[in-house]
Amino acid sequence: MVAAEDVLLFVNAATASTGQREFSEDAGRQTMSLAFLHEYMRVNYRELYAATLALGINDHNAALAIRGLLSDARDVPIEQKAIEGRLIARTLLTLPPPRVFRLFKALQRDGVNNRRTRAIIRDWMTSLDNPAYHAVKYRSGFKAGLKHAHVDLGDGELRDFLFGPLQRKPYTTPILETWRQAHYDGNVLYKLPYTVAEGFAAKRGIKREVFLERIGKQMTPLEKLRTDREPVDPLALISGKAKYCGTDQIPWLTRLAVRILAMPLDERAARRAELTDGMRRFARWEADQLAGTWGRVTAVLDDSFSSFGSPVKRRRPLAVALATHFLLEALAAPGQYTPLWMSGRDDPLLAYPSGATPLGTRLLDALETTPARIVVVSDGWDNSPPGLAGEVLRVWRTRLDPAGRVDIVHVNPVFDAEGLDVRALSPLVPSVGIRDAEDLVLLVELAQFAQGRVGVPELMAYLDGRVRRFLGED
Amino acid sequence: MRIDLAGLRTGPSQSWGALRLVPLLRDRPVEGLRLHRIAYAEEPRWSEVRLGPKVSYHSYIPHGFVADWNRDNGDASQSAAFGTQLVDQRTDVHGMPIQVHRRMTQKLGKRRARFLPLHFAIEGYLTLHFGGPDIAWREWSDRVLRHGLSPRMEASYLGTAVTELQDALKVFEIHEGQCGVLLYAADALAAAFAVPHPEDYRELHPTLVLDHFGELIYQYALMMPPVREFRASLTDEGITSLAELRAAAEAQSERWAEFHDHVMAGALLDRDYTSERGYQMGEFDLVRFRPSFKPGEENHIGEAIVDGDGAIAYLKTFRLSEAQIRRGYLLELLAAHNWRLSAAAKAIGTTPEDLRGRIRAAGFETILRQKEKP
Repeated sequence: MVAAEDVLLFVNAATASTGQREFSEDAGRQTMSLAFLHEYMRVNYRELYAATLALGINDHNAALAIRGLLSDARDVPIEQKAIEGRLIARTLLTLPPPRVFRLFKALQRDGVNNRRTRAIIRDWMTSLDNPAYHAVKYRSGFKAGLKHAHVDLGDGELRDFLFGPLQRKPYTTPILETWRQAHYDGNVLYKLPYTVAEGFAAKRGIKREVFLERIGKQMTPLEKLRTDREPVDPLALISGKAKYCGTDQIPWLTRLAVRILAMPLDERAARRAELTDGMRRFARWEADQLAGTWGRVTAVLDDSFSSFGSPVKRRRPLAVALATHFLLEALAAPGQYTPLWMSGRDDPLLAYPSGATPLGTRLLDALETTPARIVVVSDGWDNSPPGLAGEVLRVWRTRLDPAGRVDIVHVNPVFDAEGLDVRALSPLVPSVGIRDAEDLVLLVELAQFAQGRVGVPELMAYLDGRVRRFLGED
Repeated sequence: MRIDLAGLRTGPSQSWGALRLVPLLRDRPVEGLRLHRIAYAEEPRWSEVRLGPKVSYHSYIPHGFVADWNRDNGDASQSAAFGTQLVDQRTDVHGMPIQVHRRMTQKLGKRRARFLPLHFAIEGYLTLHFGGPDIAWREWSDRVLRHGLSPRMEASYLGTAVTELQDALKVFEIHEGQCGVLLYAADALAAAFAVPHPEDYRELHPTLVLDHFGELIYQYALMMPPVREFRASLTDEGITSLAELRAAAEAQSERWAEFHDHVMAGALLDRDYTSERGYQMGEFDLVRFRPSFKPGEENHIGEAIVDGDGAIAYLKTFRLSEAQIRRGYLLELLAAHNWRLSAAAKAIGTTPEDLRGRIRAAGFETILRQKEKP
């Protein structure tokens, strides 16, 4: 039983936290709590710890877990090592390349150079689609990986490009040749990946506006989102017109929500139709076959001041709430969805963080809509008045609805480092950590274990199933 | 005068470490009065306020408030711009920049005045019986007979020095319609702050870190363990429907408000204060008030803008430290007995020698004559 609780607690933390500053806690505390949880899990429940890689923990924690598993493998049985190896290899394929290269560099720094580590790095690097592109774009990380794992890609040109001597001209690989020419020709640099071209542009003193204008096509969609330059065209993303070099599993729904919330209110109002349409399309895409199957759903969404997040995770909790709103709209039976925002405002597109958190009152409002399911998206800082939400849920569960007709689940985008878990509303209602709204369906699935209705064997069976699905064995 | 928080409701508290903030909410903003802020200097510097031809007040004054009245909800086009310097600057002989303000309250236009928040109240406390004895009894020194109590000096802590106050204000979630806050350190009332309009509050909320705080508050914030939240607790007996559950939940807020107003803020609200009018703004009066200085109890000085009925539109208080209360108490005691030492001693059932000791211990040694004239 303890094991099940610990696993869920770890999954909550590893899903919600990215080791960055939160509204009320600094980065140091978050990192320290996470480091403790990782070590605790690794030492006590190594098998379960490895299995959490299949549960959709966030990239930051996946990288931390891989680093831990690889650096501490003494006295681990062969079979366990084998399954770990497959899990790690699979996870590396889902991580964005910059994070993988950062992991390689970290392993190099830590001096972790066992046979398994080398094999994993080698397999990942040799299976890259376009090694030359990665070598140009992530040069130092690519080099670190090759050096650390003694990988020979068997491509003399690429070896020369990375390790010298830089005397070849011309290169036969197009991107390497472009890179060589970019040193001399101001027009060629626009054919390079955005981050590399940026360096050349700075060297040539090209004005930022001109550069962004011309580099447009070379930017990955994520880079476009970040530079704030080109407005997002969700339609192009869905139809696959926009180019992305990494994996396909990008949480676009949440990303777009973050982007929308970064716009001034006037712009959001002016582009209402386009933005709403984009969100609805992504939501339907995510809901997929489950669309319309959840019946009557009521959402309690937190747009209190604390949903601002922090300067490094700007409006993240609010963005999760916004994305969840659209996702639930798609999941609920048509016309059976009621959103209740904490502030009482009812225009999701114009949401902004302000005001207190009257969770208890909103939960009462939600219960009054007689739903089949209530989803609460909140950081759990119930302060108006404090603790009322817990009391309302307790009385509801013990006196008014002991049979559990209404399914209530609380998803929390903020990890509470001090409590080593996400803040729960009540012991009677499961609280799970969330990072991207897209994970909602799986998290609701996982939440049934948190409630203790389902026992440990079922949890193990569920984990096994998830691991098998993750490894593509089914 | 009594502090009458009519129109202000108590909201649920939020705590952070040893600090607790209790919001005060208005259903309707006070009409016809708005407050703005003027920042005087980014870096700390001394300011001098000329109170009269001979008296001046020196302190660190980071900002001032501007009150507008009789406007249609405070027309934005005429508001004070942030960072405007409204007074002359001159350099002190020591080369330290000093800012000179002409008065505590100064007229800026037909319907606006600027005042220096809390300094107005503290000045009232400092100038308490500032002139010294009215009758030249022989127990008083020549100096106090000639110059009064000048110079009088008191110290307080800047809000930024109070542990975690900045964080507490940062993570505090401002309520809809919030017009004020009561700040507690280890559940001892540190300061009360109220303004006429929610938007004013939003603007002035961060200025609490630039306020004065007494010794006690500084110590409590530094050393006391985190305060407990007053969590809601429902008795589930007899709840059979959602409507009953809602009624029980709503009763929680009322219970908290009542408990707070009578128990936690009782010492501020249930006392009589001596008030003094400083400035008249249309139908509003800027007043400062002082307590009856009872040693061993909570004593707040402060300033307020009240309307014709005595309801508070603006309020700011400062909790005196124990030593400050004693000083106020002794001065009031002496003044009440026409500065006759023996009469004052008799009134509190002690000897003149003992009272002398107390005066000395309170820091007023210079007002006593060392050797009485024969």
